[in-house]
Amino acid sequence: MSDKSFQPKILAFLCKWCSYAAADLAGVNRLSYPPNITAIKIPCTGKMNPEYIIQAFRQGADGVWISGCHPGTCHYTSGNLIARRRFAVFKNLLEYIGIEPQRVRLSWVGSSEAHRFQEIAQDIVDSITEIGPARKMVKNIIPQSYQGVRKI
Amino acid sequence: MTNHISTQIRQIARELLESKTVKCVIGYKKGTIPMREQICFARSPEQADELIWSGFCVLNQSKFLIGVEEPTAIVAQGCVTRNIIGLIRENRVKRENVHILGINSPGMLDHRKIAAKFPGREIKELWEHEDKIIASGKGFKETFPRKLFKRDNCYTCTHRNPVIYDQMIGEAGPETGGGNIDNTASPWEKKDYDQRWKIFTETFKDCIRCYACRDACPLCYCRECFVDSARPQWCGKTVEEADVHTFHILRAFHCAGRCTDCGACESACPVGIKMRRLTSKIEKDIRKMYGYSPGLKLDARLPLTEFSLNDPEGFIG
Repeated sequence: MSDKSFQPKILAFLCKWCSYAAADLAGVNRLSYPPNITAIKIPCTGKMNPEYIIQAFRQGADGVWISGCHPGTCHYTSGNLIARRRFAVFKNLLEYIGIEPQRVRLSWVGSSEAHRFQEIAQDIVDSITEIGPARKMVKNIIPQSYQGVRKI
Repeated sequence: MTNHISTQIRQIARELLESKTVKCVIGYKKGTIPMREQICFARSPEQADELIWSGFCVLNQSKFLIGVEEPTAIVAQGCVTRNIIGLIRENRVKRENVHILGINSPGMLDHRKIAAKFPGREIKELWEHEDKIIASGKGFKETFPRKLFKRDNCYTCTHRNPVIYDQMIGEAGPETGGGNIDNTASPWEKKDYDQRWKIFTETFKDCIRCYACRDACPLCYCRECFVDSARPQWCGKTVEEADVHTFHILRAFHCAGRCTDCGACESACPVGIKMRRLTSKIEKDIRKMYGYSPGLKLDARLPLTEFSLNDPEGFIG
């Protein structure tokens, strides 16, 4: 499903101590990355709640990207290491029920790695454009079965 | 066999209540209809005579220990003792308040499987005799083997004998149910993503959002559940697909690293949804990645509250 006109919406939950700064640095260095990414600042990847991911898909996001500090460099010592365990389990669960693995990404990007941020952002947008829009978890205000009836 | 154990439970409960060692004995009593045993709280020696032990003691009574302030005895089979350990570990229950009456579980029966054997006919009475079940109703009386009608999780049980106990009722029996617990999740794992989603949707399509699975689960003790929270509202109140899926995915994930596969959720479900498909996958992953099985040690740390520098991270990048 490679529709050229499809522009994915991707939510990026970025740790304020590293990946958010990397995104900032990429801007300062005039490194362009796709505009499909909406950055949301979180205090640490340990704050990242699986509810947020589900909520993003419910509201029509095509992908979720969570990015934090490299292991050993967390501002709060171990937030990213706990997030790593949590996401290993949660990502496997989402794959198990049939959500494509490309849609949820976790990465480690340090605050000086603007180039790495740009590369990963590009890679995520490319891979999600390839698999197409996410329709599996979207909350329909009007159920599909009634939609035909409403059109008069 | 089961009657013999019922007598023993009653006798022990009576002794405990008469000597005022405990204030209450939590066990099972006969339900108002066959095959649906209820949880019983015996607070006086007379009430102790209501206690029974049968193949339909499927609910997990460890939930009722939460917040108990006075000495309480509880009839507990393998999975229930594992949940009690979990609750003690999570500081919901004080060990000194609990008097565990350990009992070997012979594998509990699924009332749906038995009812499906008699379509259009109502079972009025049912007895268990060793390895046989005798069901009778209007114009029929049939005997069939017990082992074909167990609950799914009882086939793959790994701890039938109590893990901790203060007093043992009856003898210890075989430890496992014989099945491989890792296989519960494998039928879905072989399929591709779209097929998995289809089968997932199919599994949960009947859900009426009654939250019986949550209410039966001894792990779900939050004061405010995420489904009841209005601000932020994580999950809508409708039975629309997205809401049902949100509820079941997150409910399963909140039990990650804690679920003992007791099967109370599936037994409590009024429409027969197999939500163990999700929890058993999570527990399988945790066993494989972090080598942890819940509810076996009083001093174990929960896997998702801990970390190791060498945790697998092949999915990152």
